Parts: sequence; C-alpha cells; structure tokens
Amino acid sequence: MEFFERFAVPHPSPAIYASMVAIGLVMIALVVGLTYFKKWGYLWREWLTTVDHKRIGIMYLISALIMLFRGGVDAIMMRAQLSAPENTLLDSQHYNEIFTTHGIVMIMFMAMPFIFALMNIVIPLQIGARDVAFPRLNALSFWLFFMGAMLFNISFVIGGSPDAGWTSYFPLAGNEFSTSVGTNYYMIALQISGIGSLMTGINMITTVLRMRAPGMTLMKMPMFTWSSFIANVIIVFAFPVLTVALAMGTMDRLFGTQFFTMENGGMDMLWANLFWVWGHPEVYILILPAFGIYSEVISTFSRRNLYGYKSMVASMVVISLMSFLVWAHHFFTMGQGALTNSIFSITTMAIAVPTGVKIFNWLLTMWKGKIEFTTPMLYAVLFIPLFTLGGVTGVMLAMSAADYQYHNTMFLVAHFHNVIIPGVVFAMLAGLTYYWPKLFGFMLNEKIGKWTAWLLSIGFLLAFMPMYITGLDGQARRMYTYSEATGFGPLNMVSFVGSGIMAIGFALIVYNIYYSTRYASRDISSDPWDARTLEWATHNPVPEYNFAVLPEVKSSEALWDAKKKGHVLFKGKYEEIHMPNNSGAPFLMSVIFFIWGFALIFSLWIPAIIATLGIFAFMTHRSFEQDHGHHISVKEIEETETKMRGAK
Amino acid sequence: MKELFPAKQVIGFAFSLLLTVIALAVYFLDMPFAVGMTILLVTAFVQAGVQLKVFMHAGETEDKAAIYTNVYYGLIIALVTIFGTLLAMVWDM
Ligand code: HEM
Ligand SMILES: [Cu+2]
Repeated sequence: MEFFERFAVPHPSPAIYASMVAIGLVMIALVVGLTYFKKWGYLWREWLTTVDHKRIGIMYLISALIMLFRGGVDAIMMRAQLSAPENTLLDSQHYNEIFTTHGIVMIMFMAMPFIFALMNIVIPLQIGARDVAFPRLNALSFWLFFMGAMLFNISFVIGGSPDAGWTSYFPLAGNEFSTSVGTNYYMIALQISGIGSLMTGINMITTVLRMRAPGMTLMKMPMFTWSSFIANVIIVFAFPVLTVALAMGTMDRLFGTQFFTMENGGMDMLWANLFWVWGHPEVYILILPAFGIYSEVISTFSRRNLYGYKSMVASMVVISLMSFLVWAHHFFTMGQGALTNSIFSITTMAIAVPTGVKIFNWLLTMWKGKIEFTTPMLYAVLFIPLFTLGGVTGVMLAMSAADYQYHNTMFLVAHFHNVIIPGVVFAMLAGLTYYWPKLFGFMLNEKIGKWTAWLLSIGFLLAFMPMYITGLDGQARRMYTYSEATGFGPLNMVSFVGSGIMAIGFALIVYNIYYSTRYASRDISSDPWDARTLEWATHNPVPEYNFAVLPEVKSSEALWDAKKKGHVLFKGKYEEIHMPNNSGAPFLMSVIFFIWGFALIFSLWIPAIIATLGIFAFMTHRSFEQDHGHHISVKEIEETETKMRGAK
Repeated sequence: MKELFPAKQVIGFAFSLLLTVIALAVYFLDMPFAVGMTILLVTAFVQAGVQLKVFMHAGETEDKAAIYTNVYYGLIIALVTIFGTLLAMVWDM
C-alpha cells in the first residue's frame, strides 16, 4: 500500500476526483468503441504507423485542438475565480496549479503542435516535394510530442500538477519549496516533447534545403515556407538550451545536484536566464509561421503578389538573429545593473523594427488589392490592428526603467496574450480554415467561420483590455484573489465575460467542423480559393504521393503564373514513385519514452533503467534495419489520378 | 601512392593528439587558474575546428556554404549567449 501512496494527489478536490472518473470512463469508452467497431487495425495501419506528412499534420492538428480546449477550461476557471473580489471558487494551491498548467499546455502543447501541423501539411506541398526529408523521424517527432503532452496532462490526477508557473523559476521549483512530483512532470514531459521539436527543426530545415522542386530557388519559395524555415532555424539553436536547462533542473530535483540551489555554489537565477535564452526565441518560433500564414492569406485574398517579398525575407533573417539578443528583458527586475538593462532594452526595441516592416508589407499588399473577405482573410484583417496593439505594449515593456512598474502585473499578461492570441492563434485558425479543403476535400462553413472570428475578437478585447488597466493599477499576476478595496472587481468581471465569449467562439469551431462535415459540398475544385502557390496545384484531398509528376517552378507564385501567364508546371509523364514505408517503431519507442518519463518522475529506478535500455534497443535496431521503401506503379498512379479527377 | 596515403587525415590526427596532450598538461602542471582556463578554451575550440574540417569533411562538398554559415551562426549565438549571461549574472550583478 505504501508504494501506491506516492501516486495520490497531494491537494485533492471533488473536481479532481470527478476528472479521474471522467478520464477512466473515456478510456473505457475508447477501448470498447474501437473494439466494437473493429477499428484497432485501421488505427494501427492508417495512423499509428503512418509516416505520411499529411497524416502526421492531421494528428498534430487534432492534438492541438484538444489541448486548446484543455487550456481553455483552465483559463475559464481562472477568470471565474478572479471575476469577483475574495472569491472562493478555487483555493490558492489550485489556482497555482491551474495557471502553471494553462501556460505550458497553451505554449508547448497547443501553439507548438499547431504550427507543426501547418508546417507538416503545407511545406512539402508548397515546395513540390513528396514528403519531408526524414519521414520516419517526423513520425517520431510527433509521437514524442504526443507522449510528452499526455504525460504532462495526467499529472493532475496522478501525483499532482506542477505549481511553480510555466516559467518554473528556481528556487521555488526546487525540492525545498515544491515538494510534490508536479515539477518533475514539468521537467520530464517538456524534455520528451522538446526532443521531438528539435528533431522537427532539423527535419524541416533539411526538407527546405534539399527537397525543393526543380527551379525553385530560395528566393522563389512561398512566404510560409520561408517563415517556417527561419522558425526551424531558431528551433535548432534555441531548443538545446531548454534541453540542457531541463536536464540540470531534473538532476537538481532527482539526484541532488546543486545547479539552481541557493547554497554550495548553485545559482537559482541561472534557471531564469537559461529559460529565457530559450524562451524569447520561442515566441518568435511561434509568431514567424503565423506571419507566414498571414502572408499567404493576405496575398491570396487581395489578389495581388506579396508586397516587398525581399524585405519580408530580410526582416525575418534579421529577426532570427536578433531574437537571440533580447532575452534579459524578461527579468529586468532581477537585480542586474543599469548597463545590462540598457543594452537589452535597446536590442528589444530594435527587434520591433523588422516586425513593423512586415506589418507595412501586409498593409501595402492590401492597398489597391481586390480584397475578398473570406474567413481566413477576416482573421488576417483583424490581426493587424490587434497585434499592433500588442507590439506597442511590448515596446512599453521594453523600457527597463518603466518595466519595474509593469513587470509581473496583469499588464504583462495582457501584452503577451495580445501578441499570442491575434498573432498566433488567429493565424492558426486562419490556416485551419484555409487549408481545410486541402486536407479533407470540403470547405468549412464561411458564415459560422466569420461568426467565430468576430466572437473571438470581441471576446479577446473584453477579456484582455481591462487587464492593461488593472495591471497599471497594480493588480499582480498569479494572485488567486484580491480585496474589494482595490477596486479591481468590475474590470475583472468584464474580463470574465470576455473569456466566456471567447469560449463560445472556440466551441463554434468544433460546431463548424461538425456542421461542415455533414453538410458541406464535396464538389469543390482543387483550387477553391483561387490561390497562388504550389500546394493548390494538386488534388483535394492530396493523394499519398502529393504530385503525380513533380512540378517545375519559374516564380514564387508558381500556380498563379501557371494560371495567368501559361507557365507549364507539370512536364513529362508518370513514372514509378518511390515512397517510404510505414513503421510502428516511432510510436512504440515513444511509448517507452512515456514509461521512462513516468518512472523517473516517481523515482522508480528499476523501471527507468529498463526503459532506458528499451530506448537504446530501438535505436540500435534502427541502425541495422534495412528499409528501402516501396514503389507506386504507373498503373496505380493512373488509376488514382483518374479517380481524383472524376470526383470533381 | 600519394593518392592512397591520407596525409591530411594523418597530420590532422597527430595535431589533435597534440592538442589533447596540451590540454591534459593543465591538469598535471601547476599553473594559475586563468592560464589553465585559457589553454583549455583555446585548445577546445581548435580541436572542434580540426574535427569538423578534417574528420567530418566540412568544406569538401557543394553545401560548403551552408555548412559554414551554420557553424558561424551557431558560434555567434553561443558567444552572445555566454557573454550575455556572464554580463547579466556575474559582471553587472
Ligand atoms: C514588438 C515586439 C515585442 C516586444 C518589444 C516585446 C517585449 C516584451 C517584454 C519586454 C516582455 C517582458 C516584460 C516583463 O516581464 O515585465 C515581454 C513578455 C512576453 N512576451 Fe513580448 N514582446 C514582443 C512581441 C512578442 C511576441 C510576438 C510574442 C509571442 C508570440 C510575445 C510573447 C511574450 C510572452 C509569452 C511574454 C511573457 C512571458 C512570462 O513572463 O510569462 N511577445 N515581451
Ligand atoms: Cu521576450
């Protein structure tokens, strides 16, 4: 019995017990459902073992949406708790656990997989390739992310959630002040999914550098590919820092090392430093692909080529370097001198310049364009003013002297939600709507889509604008309650209402998917948006091999020029296509990673050692494995192509 | 005969052994901390360079430019991170 006590939740509540029951029931329902409908084989063959970049993209997408709801429920609980002074809906411990979980889930398990989803789906199609450079590695990336996310998500019912904030600053996150296994979950779950992200970075860089269709020089790549390429470069240079920091933190917590402690030569502030050495580049990892989506959407629906292509590329290259020069702006108040703060203030303000360049590029693209307000375009148009507001408050925060007033208040919380929601989340939803027909062969409903965009924007303004005000008035972040005398009550109530409206917006997305799946017309062309880039030059949904004949490219808007200037994209006839084989190894190896992580979290050394050996066994097996892939015959290609063309 | 003998690699190997011996000397000889540290850092960077160029064949293929861009980019970021950290955490604290 003693053995099992460690798995108990240290700070339980009826809601947590109810969740345990709910999780149990859902698992049983899944198993029963899969067995009853005889879907195990289908699941294994078509999804768990797939190495197809489109299917991996879809799995990222589903995970991101599920995590969006998980994080969203956390958000609503926090706003409900704060909606009135001295509220007792949540106690302080639960509030701490919830804001920690919310932050991690939203950044690492919602935003990251969402951008990976779009990268996976779009990049190979946009550059005219048949898959990514390392399809098997791609599957491993996904499954590592997925297992990391699942590991993190079970913390609240097994052993207790982390509660030291998504930044997990030491010494609070050390053993002395965080005694439950919660922070172990943080360290190890992030480690596992972080390895996945790093591998995706390497994979996508190689894909972009080596797999482009003939004729597509770097400066002829569509903007989404460019922006994702830069984001992946940042991933490859930033994530190792997180990996190392997490490893050090793990060793402090599990093996008694003293990296981030306050005695024996340890330095607690070093954690904050390393965290943000990764953390600031991370915000650019998120925003750059989002910028890429907006670039595609804005030029498609303005019916114009992107204004200032070269300056767009240049500004992103500058951002990729500069994003590594600003990290200390996250801890201006930690005690370093005025010199350091001034340097980082200036670099931070400077990075707003290339960001501003891009805003002007979009505005000038729309200028004199024939704008068509589809749902993706609506998101893009709403994004511009809302995001600019976030950029402006960013520059306010960048003034180190003034930051002593803003830091750790609701003002900061408003700033980063202001850049992340209209910036990243809107872009992902725009991308989801824009690429939906590419994936599933039908469009999402436009009317519901526009309602969603408006509800999210209005909800966003109501939820976050009040925080700028209460923040300036001194409402601290991460406080679970406040007294009536502070006068924060009414504005927090407004916030709560706003978050409720946003929740309706997010629910509408699911409704839209349901509604469109049932009623939308399947009779759409391969180019329903009248788009400009290569991904729309093949069928919807895309066949396994993407392009029956690899395209030849002459401009950055290959499809548009094919339509308007008569460029010929596809020359030559069908040839046998070489494709990679499916494999169960990535999934199984990630399951072992899950077990490994779980064992480490609870200091179960023997299972941890066995799992480590298992991981090495998989790597050894892979090193000696002979796998030459398979070939799709010309006959099969002809059949598929005729069928796909007939379907329209 | 000349084509068969990998002179570059053999010299590289000898050189990298030499670098190792110099680095090892820091442990056996008695010297001030700063001197020892400098020797270690310099030999480490030169060693990494030798490995990349001689044994990992950077610069021998067409993607030479990409490889070196990558290495320099990494170097710049590493240096900025280290000196920035020293500045914020030690020198200006
Ligand atoms: C014009 C560009 C921007 C500037 C000048 C800027 C500036 C800043 C500054 C100075 C802080 C720290 C303030 C403090 O802790 O007191 C901060 C925090 C933050 N920013 Fe920005 N920012 C910009 C854009 C972005 C973007 C594009 C994102 C994300 C997509 C972002 C996400 C965040 C996050 C997540 C935090 C706070 C995290 C935390 O402490 O928990 N920022 N920003
Ligand atoms: Cu930052």
